[in-house]
Amino acid sequence: MSKVSDTMAWIDERIPLTATWNKHVGQYYAPKNFNFWYYFGSLALLVLVIQIVTGIFLTMNYKPDGDLAFKSVEYIMRDVNWGWLIRYMHSTGASMFFVVVYLHMMRAIMYGSYKKPRELLWIFGMLIYLVLMAEAFMGYLLPWGQMSYWGAQVIISLFGAIPFVGDAITLWLRGDYVVSDATLNRFFALHVIAMPLVLVGLVFVHIIALHEVGSNNPDGNDIKKVKGADGKPLDGIPFHPYYTVKDLVGVVVFLIIFFAIVFFAPEMGGYFLEHANYIPADPLKTPEHIAPVWYFTPFYAILRAMPDKLLGVMAMFAAIAVLFFLPWIDRNPVRSIRYRSAAYKFILAAFVIAFIVLGYYGMQPVTPMGTIISRLCAFIYFGFFVALFVISKNEKTKPVPERVTY
Amino acid sequence: MKKLIHSISAVPLLAATLLAVLPQTGITAGGGAELEHFTPVRTDRALQRGARTFVNYCQGCHTAEYQRYSRLAADIGISEIDMSANMIFTTDTEGKPTKVGSLMTNNMSSDYAKKAFGVVPPNLALVSRSRGVDWLYTYMKSFYLDESRPLGANNTVYPNVGMPHVLADLQGWHKPVYEDDGAGHSVLKGFQQVTAGTLSPDEYDSTISDLVSFLDYLGDPNREARHSLGIKVMLFLLLFLVLAILLKKEYWKDIPHN
Amino acid sequence: MATDNVASNGGSAPAVDLKRRRLLTTGAGVVGGLGAITLGIPFVSSMSPSARAKAAGAPVEVDISKLEPGQRVIVEWRGKPVWVVRRTQALLDSLETVKDELRDIESDDSDQPEYAKNIHRSIKPETLVMVGICTHLGCSPTYRPDVAAADLGADWLGGFFCPCHGSKFDISGRVYKGVPAPTNLEVPPHQYLSDTRILVGADGGQA
Repeated sequence: MSKVSDTMAWIDERIPLTATWNKHVGQYYAPKNFNFWYYFGSLALLVLVIQIVTGIFLTMNYKPDGDLAFKSVEYIMRDVNWGWLIRYMHSTGASMFFVVVYLHMMRAIMYGSYKKPRELLWIFGMLIYLVLMAEAFMGYLLPWGQMSYWGAQVIISLFGAIPFVGDAITLWLRGDYVVSDATLNRFFALHVIAMPLVLVGLVFVHIIALHEVGSNNPDGNDIKKVKGADGKPLDGIPFHPYYTVKDLVGVVVFLIIFFAIVFFAPEMGGYFLEHANYIPADPLKTPEHIAPVWYFTPFYAILRAMPDKLLGVMAMFAAIAVLFFLPWIDRNPVRSIRYRSAAYKFILAAFVIAFIVLGYYGMQPVTPMGTIISRLCAFIYFGFFVALFVISKNEKTKPVPERVTY
Repeated sequence: MKKLIHSISAVPLLAATLLAVLPQTGITAGGGAELEHFTPVRTDRALQRGARTFVNYCQGCHTAEYQRYSRLAADIGISEIDMSANMIFTTDTEGKPTKVGSLMTNNMSSDYAKKAFGVVPPNLALVSRSRGVDWLYTYMKSFYLDESRPLGANNTVYPNVGMPHVLADLQGWHKPVYEDDGAGHSVLKGFQQVTAGTLSPDEYDSTISDLVSFLDYLGDPNREARHSLGIKVMLFLLLFLVLAILLKKEYWKDIPHN
Repeated sequence: MATDNVASNGGSAPAVDLKRRRLLTTGAGVVGGLGAITLGIPFVSSMSPSARAKAAGAPVEVDISKLEPGQRVIVEWRGKPVWVVRRTQALLDSLETVKDELRDIESDDSDQPEYAKNIHRSIKPETLVMVGICTHLGCSPTYRPDVAAADLGADWLGGFFCPCHGSKFDISGRVYKGVPAPTNLEVPPHQYLSDTRILVGADGGQA
């Protein structure tokens, strides 16, 4: 035992190993009333690790070349030992990343985790979400199937809507007059090196920011305000072992779902791997129906709902940009939905429903009815922020208890 | 704890419901014809018959590149020697019979194919994943004689298809029968046999069933292995889940309620 | 595990069953560890040769009917050069002469099928089949049948010379003493399909 503590002391004199462990895990005091919604942070970290590891192994056999890319994916699927498992883990991981991140964001909105003093924490989270979307979009081009190709074509063309410089920008992004080998090669570079580096950096900052201000909780009160005689928050418990064992349960449940998809439904009925992507990219023939992968479809539906190209593109980007300002749009100091007004609960419910409906219509072919519903939902989506700004000023809230509910 | 179990058990349920409620995406019928439902058969015998039909009738024009003969031999239960002797009709660039470890290509140059058909016949290794087996099964049964087409055949599932009816010798020829649906649209009622083929309609159906089962295999050769491994992984994770829940409960005994 | 700073909020918690706690922790650790190791297997295995690499490693046929005495042909097997040399009688005679200068005369420490573990290291004395990769660090030695070559010394009786680090081998691929290569050159599994056709890479299980 003393050998171990001697070694630890030797290390601690040189790097703050024990101190770091205690600050972030061993003596990081988290509220004891975390519920279901609080699993998704650690799960997002888990998926990030899965994506990085499987991604590294995929690059060992993938070829970022217009003539070879599609073939090399099938080579991975058939000829490489266990290649199918690694590839399905990566493709499933991409979708599950968004499942987890959307639920994580929903938690933050419901319990007001973006409010003072966690504004920067929220903004770093939004940046992670933004980079994740870029990462997913670029990764989707790599299999070089029909959906990869035409999806990239459409999304890159969005930038063409920018006045004056739009065409120059799209040309620069593609490096060619159409999506081509040059585009594939740079997307590969960005997908495997640039974006992951940025992502890991942002995740690091996100966690540092969280541990600086401390975790919020479903009651939205501040556990640091009620401390025991020892100076520790009365409602706080050390992250380790309590939340490590609790998150372990979450991790195993997640893995059950994750591997059930990998082994039994890797295409997820065409939602995770689209059918048309089993046809190699053909620049001369657009598939009958193009839809982005499900995690982009709410924004895609907003784009299509607008009757004007520039307006559509602006609305789509605004839909994401507005989330950055949430800490200042919501002017009510009460964090948790548990103690907020019925009006707030109503507009939040409408917002969530509108988001899901938009996601659904973003996957469907354009119909007149679909366009009308999409417009209505886009209106509700943006309306939520306006209504929130108005309501939150003089909202009738319930008193927030000093101690957490557990 | 009950709440915890309740909330975690809700997740797979939610996912399953979501999948069941959402419509299946992407596979489009085209041509508007109703597709017959088809369930692929994964037995060695069926796949062997399907493979034989494929190498004899399809591989003259189509390839199944990505798939290796040796893998096929192992998966459908025949030896590599039998595979080389009975199922490999193609040659390599030196004119020698294709080696059993090679991909299932063919000997038609793309220049020739373009001249003959206007397009290079697609690689069929993944066709079951892009089109779906229902489409393939119905398509292969829906050719009919049409003098107006350059190759003499048309298809109700894929109107004005570029492919000739390669299996006409087996099926014979039939013609579609349309019926008015009362709203002024003529809908496909069925087919009427015009000339007999070497196979009876039932035998032809069974040939197509084997062939489409084989294409289904080509699209996803790992499926069986994936499923059987998947069950083991699930059992392991469930065991681990029990342990994890017990562990969590044990530690959380420390935490008093407010 | 840091259980000492637990329950900072009073003694209302029930007594801790440490034994059960340790058992569960160990159990979850072992099961989880086994799962993690098992999950590692596919990733490690994915780096071994793929089906394509194995197919490319299939046996190759060599036609030696046009091979003159003293000549060598090189064929590719598993991406490696395989030499087929038709040795002259003079070269074969040298095998006895060089004996004392060799490190592994009987090829005891070297790689070859049983049927090639003899002085000429081949099935038929005249015809040598050998993997042309130096056992030192993987360069491909040059074929030097020229007796008493200027650069290799007056006592050179013909053999192979590795330009990378100067290893010398006799005409059976046996390594000389005092050079970096540790063992004789490798003989691949091979068999005669007829007098003039050799199959390199398979021997029908005779090895």
